[in-house]
Amino acid sequence: VRYHSSRGSKTGDGPTLNPYAALLINAALCGLVATILLFMSRILGRRRGSKVKYEIFETGNPPIGSLRGTRFPVKFYLTAILFIVFDIEVVFMYPWAVIYRELGWFGLAEMAAFMAILAVGLAYIWRVGALEWN
Amino acid sequence: VIDLIITFATALVALLICLQVTVLLLWIERKGSALIQDRVGANRANLLGGLLPFNLGIVNTLMADPMKLLTKEDIVPAAADRFLHWLAPWLAVFPLFLTFAVVPYGDVLVIGGREINLQAVDLSGGILFVLAMVSLGVYGVIIGGWASNSRYAFLGGVRGSAQMISYEIAMGLALVSVVITYGTLDLQHIARAQGQLMWGVVPAWGIFYQPIAFVLLFIAGMAESKRAPFDLPEAENELVAGFQTEYSGSKMSMFMMSDFIEVAIVAVLTTTLFFGGWQVPYLYRDGFHFPGGLTVAVPSLLVTLLQIVSFLVKVFVFCWIQILIRWSLPRLRYDQLMAFGWKKLLPVGLANVAASAVLGLLLEGWTGA
Repeated sequence: VRYHSSRGSKTGDGPTLNPYAALLINAALCGLVATILLFMSRILGRRRGSKVKYEIFETGNPPIGSLRGTRFPVKFYLTAILFIVFDIEVVFMYPWAVIYRELGWFGLAEMAAFMAILAVGLAYIWRVGALEWN
Repeated sequence: VIDLIITFATALVALLICLQVTVLLLWIERKGSALIQDRVGANRANLLGGLLPFNLGIVNTLMADPMKLLTKEDIVPAAADRFLHWLAPWLAVFPLFLTFAVVPYGDVLVIGGREINLQAVDLSGGILFVLAMVSLGVYGVIIGGWASNSRYAFLGGVRGSAQMISYEIAMGLALVSVVITYGTLDLQHIARAQGQLMWGVVPAWGIFYQPIAFVLLFIAGMAESKRAPFDLPEAENELVAGFQTEYSGSKMSMFMMSDFIEVAIVAVLTTTLFFGGWQVPYLYRDGFHFPGGLTVAVPSLLVTLLQIVSFLVKVFVFCWIQILIRWSLPRLRYDQLMAFGWKKLLPVGLANVAASAVLGLLLEGWTGA
């Protein structure tokens, strides 16, 4: 028996509703609960603010300047770029993985070529030191 | 109309499972950490101001903790970006709630000749959906860090997002090899496929086909959920509380919740993909069929019940393993953390995908069904 992603092989005649409509219902329910939770403290909690209370926590000192415009290490940006490259690689693998038995050795060779290119890319960023944090 | 009612009911059940598991985990973690650290742990919650001679423990802790959090004062720092400050906790928690919509927690429930699929949404791309929703959690972290306009929060947020996206690749690769094994993205199909037997004796659970993917997914999932030993985004002794420093009351509790839901999701994923999901070994829709020919008929309602219980037990076992790990291992250094994700998990994941693809074609019939 093989299992494929098509909905034709579904067993049980449960909800015949379009699954995406069902997903919307779920999303509405989850969103509602999350929103209620979000405002809970506003509704239930007491409010007794003071100027100091609404200051930003900086180890007990008065905060110096603002965060806006502060610089932060460019490594984080680099990581994000690398993530996009490799995550898209993974995304391309999913359709192949679902039907890879039908594609057989041909599909595997194609995917191997694709993976090899990205493996070279990984080796390169490794050598260049893009993965080092210091 | 009946379909709509069923959809509402299953959606409600999925959300309730999510919330209940989360709140239970809060208590399990408090008591579990106390056990590991040789303390008593949460034992003060009681009814009627402690007039009862005995401690209702679990029940009252479950109620007392959320109540205390929800009735706290809600503080938005004057310098914060108000809209984003409000948005971040919602964004952190909403996609994680929704993840449970595609989780199968049982086979079918038969009521009045109607078979109800015990899964809120039978989505054909279930794995992709889970992956998408889990990665949306990054937004809550980074927006929360940014909106607070505090340096600690910001550093925590940036660290957190870099960590989460790094480990997401390893997680994605682990899931690809699972998809190769089963040839489907549908979580319910994957759970059903694991009902078969290998050599007529051993349940064909995913762990036997993809042991490396299991390890990868578990580690990467723990890193995604930002808990020790991967809790750099909220490293208390460096960053106060990281991205949630400027949050209080229910918003803080929502960030806490998102942590626990992620723990639960990792447990749910490992259960569903590698440990048979709701499958009870040898239990089929009409009862037990033991190898050797012994059959015991079980009523359909009881079968469903056993399956749900089996699912929840497995999920809690994996949650407990994560809690054990959290309270046993020290925190990594940040460069170690990133190096582990990129230099170890990623190559291993790639190799695992390649190996399972080649092996799968070499031994047709080796995989899945």
